[in-house]
Amino acid sequence: MVTDRSKLGFYLLISPLLLWLVTLIILPHIGLFAVSMSEKVGVREYETGFGNYAVFFNEPLYWRTFARTALMSISTTVLTLLLGFPIAYYIAKLTRGRTKTTLFLMCLIPFWVSELVRTFGWMILLRETGILSNFLQYIGILAEPVEFLYNDAAIMVGLVYTSILFMIVPLVTTLDSLDDSLIEAGYDLGGSGFSILREIVIPHAMPGIVSGCIVVFMLSLGNYLTPILLGGKDSLWFTGLIYTQFITRFNWELGSAFGFLLLGLSSAVVFLGLKLSRQSLSNTMGR
Amino acid sequence: MIPTVPQSSAMKWSYRAYVTLFFIYLALPLTVVCAFAFNDSLFPSLPWEGFTWAWFFGNEAPFIGVFHERSILRAIGTSAFVAFWVSSLSVTVGICNAFLFVRHDFRGKGFLYILMLLPLIIPGVILGISILVFASAVANTLEDATGLWFDGLRPGLILVILGQFSFITTFATLVISARLQKFDLSLEEAALNLGASKWGAIRQVTLPFLLPAIVGAGVVSMLMSFENFNTTLMLVGSDAPLTIAMFDKLKLGSTPVLNAVSLLLIVGSAALGILSLIFQRVKE
Repeated sequence: MVTDRSKLGFYLLISPLLLWLVTLIILPHIGLFAVSMSEKVGVREYETGFGNYAVFFNEPLYWRTFARTALMSISTTVLTLLLGFPIAYYIAKLTRGRTKTTLFLMCLIPFWVSELVRTFGWMILLRETGILSNFLQYIGILAEPVEFLYNDAAIMVGLVYTSILFMIVPLVTTLDSLDDSLIEAGYDLGGSGFSILREIVIPHAMPGIVSGCIVVFMLSLGNYLTPILLGGKDSLWFTGLIYTQFITRFNWELGSAFGFLLLGLSSAVVFLGLKLSRQSLSNTMGR
Repeated sequence: MIPTVPQSSAMKWSYRAYVTLFFIYLALPLTVVCAFAFNDSLFPSLPWEGFTWAWFFGNEAPFIGVFHERSILRAIGTSAFVAFWVSSLSVTVGICNAFLFVRHDFRGKGFLYILMLLPLIIPGVILGISILVFASAVANTLEDATGLWFDGLRPGLILVILGQFSFITTFATLVISARLQKFDLSLEEAALNLGASKWGAIRQVTLPFLLPAIVGAGVVSMLMSFENFNTTLMLVGSDAPLTIAMFDKLKLGSTPVLNAVSLLLIVGSAALGILSLIFQRVKE
């Protein structure tokens, strides 16, 4: 009787999970793959094959955009790590109590706000009639208005801004758990600031660094708003191509192939990151 | 570089300067967006033409404020509708998942747990198109078979809700599981000893304990739903939620009305976020 009832409870608990994962995650991705493998040969006639993937590799615009998106996402990740690490270290090790909570909260607040609003802020700052251009004219560095928007640097500024929190939070968590006495011991043994950073702090923070880098890379790769709004007419982003194929051109077959390539790249990076750092998905993402 | 280790003051001050600069960088875009909501000009840019409330309350063209701009008000309504359903669904499923993963041991648990985490590492755009493709395939099959229309499976609010639900549930599950893990099972056993039914013990002992996490997960889900862009973009039909409506307006050219909406969004989400933090601290 008791086992029967707990069996029933078990099935009641597992069914929403299965329903969610099967209908919204697994089947859609199988469907996406199936569509990416079908080539249109006539009106409502399709053939199975790698044709859509061949189109991607034969058209330089497509694979160049893919490579560009990947490279810029990698640069964003490196830049975010370099900029975020000192901040995370400061919050975790050099502040205490209330200051610490306040600083941490100040990092969090911008990310409760829509990405659209943040990007809009950068547009106001960087455009030709914007704050930065006016400010530089005011202090005499520039003679006339300069357009800071619509270039790759603007995209990078926006991407770093959008994703830096996801670097800082895991870093603060891992650095918090590093015992101060280990650093003191390092100094007592005659270590320099740099060697202590390299041999004590960074190895300890590795799990945080890896999970931060994975999330930041993924967010940049899959970003649509920032490159579209801050980048110029020819600064293409791969998600933009997917959108064009799906919504503007209505070529779902090619769009699905693009989608799968992007998914493949992001999964490969996650997998490599986890393997290199000997972490598991449950440890890094499950928190 | 810790307080107990002495350091040159030049080093200390340049570190502080960097941290200060970083926080200015963080605050700058939001401050600017808020400030220009009050500029008495048709464009959110310099020069500063004086202070005005027109972009909130104005009702004469061209100064139509947020509270008189129908399309924006409707978009806020749509977003609130979507956020309500997404957060109710994800919190409900999240509670079930938390009980399943914390309280039960079964074959394939590790595998299911990994599957449950997958939505975190799938880019939002891909989630959107995969659900779009799948829903259309199902709709086509059903329509060919029955001759009826299945509007719910075409781009529109139902797909937007399902698309956001598909990854927000993972966050809800993680937040609620974390708290359930801290629960002392002997409390529930005590309730059972005192004659409570299994369900009664869960309802009167376990769920109240989980309440802070449930509220927290609900707030996080709402915020994530309200600000989601990538997944929504691919699934949206004729009723655009706020972020999509603002994006469409922004592409046509920015006006200070967008600043005013953004200011309301910033105030709203900051207030919601801080309230939920305070609520959790009071409860714990």
